[in-house]
Amino acid sequence: MTPTESGTMDTPPLVALRSRNLLGIADLTPEEITLILDTTEAMKEISSRPIKKVPALRGKTVLNLFFEPSTRTRTSFEIAEKRLSADTLSLSIGSSSVAKGETLLDTVTNLEAMDPNMIVLRHVSSGACHLLARNCRAAVINAGDGMHEHPTQALLDAFTIRERKGRLAGLKVAIVGDLMHSRVLRSNIHLLTKLGAEVWVCGPPTLIPADVRRFGVHATSRVEEAVDGADVIMLLRIQLERMQGAFFPSLREYFNVFGMTEARVRLASPDAIIMHPGPMNRGVEIASEVADGQGSVILEQVANGVAVRMAVLYLLAGGAEHEEAA
Amino acid sequence: MKKLLRGGRVVDPANGIDGQFDVLIDGDHITAVGKSLPVDGVTVVEIPADFIICPGLIDMHVHLREPGQEHKETVSTGTLSALAGGFTAVACMPNTDPINDAANVTSYIVNKAREAALARVYPIGAVSRGSNGELLADIAEMREAGCVALSDDGRPVATALLMRRALEYAGMFGMPVIDHCEDQSLKTDGVAHEGHCASTLGLRGIPGAAESIMVARDVLLSEVTGGAVHIAHMSARTSLRAVRQGKEAGIRVTAEVTPHHFAMTDDALASPVPYDTNTKMNPPLREAADRDSMIAGIADGSIDAIATDHAPHHYDEKRVEYDSAPFGVVGLETAVSLTFDRLVHAGVIGLPRMIELLSLNPARILNVPGGSLSEGAPADITILAPDLPVRVEAARLISRSKNTPFDGWELRGGVAATIVGGRTLYVNDATSLVIG
Repeated sequence: MTPTESGTMDTPPLVALRSRNLLGIADLTPEEITLILDTTEAMKEISSRPIKKVPALRGKTVLNLFFEPSTRTRTSFEIAEKRLSADTLSLSIGSSSVAKGETLLDTVTNLEAMDPNMIVLRHVSSGACHLLARNCRAAVINAGDGMHEHPTQALLDAFTIRERKGRLAGLKVAIVGDLMHSRVLRSNIHLLTKLGAEVWVCGPPTLIPADVRRFGVHATSRVEEAVDGADVIMLLRIQLERMQGAFFPSLREYFNVFGMTEARVRLASPDAIIMHPGPMNRGVEIASEVADGQGSVILEQVANGVAVRMAVLYLLAGGAEHEEAA
Repeated sequence: MKKLLRGGRVVDPANGIDGQFDVLIDGDHITAVGKSLPVDGVTVVEIPADFIICPGLIDMHVHLREPGQEHKETVSTGTLSALAGGFTAVACMPNTDPINDAANVTSYIVNKAREAALARVYPIGAVSRGSNGELLADIAEMREAGCVALSDDGRPVATALLMRRALEYAGMFGMPVIDHCEDQSLKTDGVAHEGHCASTLGLRGIPGAAESIMVARDVLLSEVTGGAVHIAHMSARTSLRAVRQGKEAGIRVTAEVTPHHFAMTDDALASPVPYDTNTKMNPPLREAADRDSMIAGIADGSIDAIATDHAPHHYDEKRVEYDSAPFGVVGLETAVSLTFDRLVHAGVIGLPRMIELLSLNPARILNVPGGSLSEGAPADITILAPDLPVRVEAARLISRSKNTPFDGWELRGGVAATIVGGRTLYVNDATSLVIG
């Protein structure tokens, strides 16, 4: 099937997602992705109202379980839930509960005994959301699992690109940074390739995942090649501790070889947009002049994050069907 | 007390036998293999013509977990599982708690095996004290107590110097050193084979080279010392290349492969159940090219043995995040069916080669009795049903642990009966076999 950005005459637009969980972009069809993006537009309108609240999730309980520190994603989910009138509870569970000897499943099944409808999970281990989804009644939304996926980030990135460019198909998207350890990368690769974008990934060979080309992307360690004519440049965070693993010699050298400078941005399409999932290391993966410059849509990404998460929560809760029943 | 097994196909590669013969057992040993042996004063057991009578299978790589981890397995439950899998003997790795690095631990295991009186148990002693790779363990004393080989399994022998010393010292007793080859600095905190599957799932990778570097080192050290080195659970195609080169050079290197490494690839991590912790083992399930290479090595003789690396873990330990789960799967009760289905029926090997891999070669490598149906040999005999339909059901495994990646697999070929020292200790209900 050809990826399409909206329903065609032959196939009526989707009205619901097939799964009750959102574990990763890999599981979604292009039509489902488009449904989420279209729904996001409606949700964004809600956020522009003087009273930013609708009753769509009234009476639903959403648990935000963050086993890894997060400011942006957690806040974004919380605001999205509140704008949909869900009852929400956020727990930051550090390594302390692990130290007490309780397993992830025991922690979650105890919380689940209180009957939440949805669980939003952020966890340091890849696959933690799958483990939960297999063992829970509540719907599970992946808010980032290890190095695996961060689906709502990729959805908000896609929404931002679509808003700016009107489409995804045929765009050249360059993703530069720590590819190996990035769940944002994996979700974005799945999403962008499903919707027909041309994806280039770039980083030092030490930080490129094995067999990455099998994802259907171009891979290079020459940043100039990656950004050449690009419509979108997406930077990924370089974690300071990676120097310890001898992935690269120093942050200074990283910036010299891969850092997104104004000079490198000039190689891209004149109206290229600059994206970053945050948190940014200014002067490492991105020069401040670029982060704060004309093409930067970094804060738009954050704003769109709320609307995308509203759309995901709404659709997983049953969408219009649930509203009619309520 | 004489017993005659009559009617089956006898496969005994040590004696070049493959055909319809009778096998006469007197007490605990074999007295004759031949045509139309006399039946006076003998209990005759009729064996279906398509069943295989072969020397008892020997699994040279299992973890019985006793002492110290009896919630996973014990000598008794593990050897019962072995019998159900057609194994009349197992060699158990020393990574118990305490580690089997001294004669008193060896004796404890030997006594437990004697009490259980099921499959034979050959303990493998630690190479180094505490398996920490520094000082040699008390090798002579452990040998006296019953150890047949040395290994720091679960961990590699990290330094070339200690491996050299171990090969030299163990050579004095004719004991092989079995190495779990893994360069820790390359493995780092990996949990899955480094490749597309791990990249997709976001799991940290372990490259094949982490194994092969140490295999190559061990081959060289075997050449230097003349000691016999055995490569445990080989998984990477580059390791096989090093083993082949060693064998061509006449170096005393042997190697084993597990059924999961010849029957599965890392695709199993993603489907049917994503992140199923029963697909987490060390070395990891590798990509198709490695799996195919292991099969080729089995076919051409480069690989000497099939061993299960039976590694029981309690379900609590496996019902966790993939990163946190322990490495290892049980294997005793599925090895024969997987070998039949994936190797024999697939046309990769014939029956005599199957018996070499599962019985004769392990006996030779470990220098233990068994591996043949020669006159005077112990009556350790396995009877196989090559066409028996087998459906693996984790919940019905006899092992105390159920951590198999093969749950629900339908395979052709299984075990009919297991005889140890003339005593019939296992008969498969799914066959119509009756043995007194």
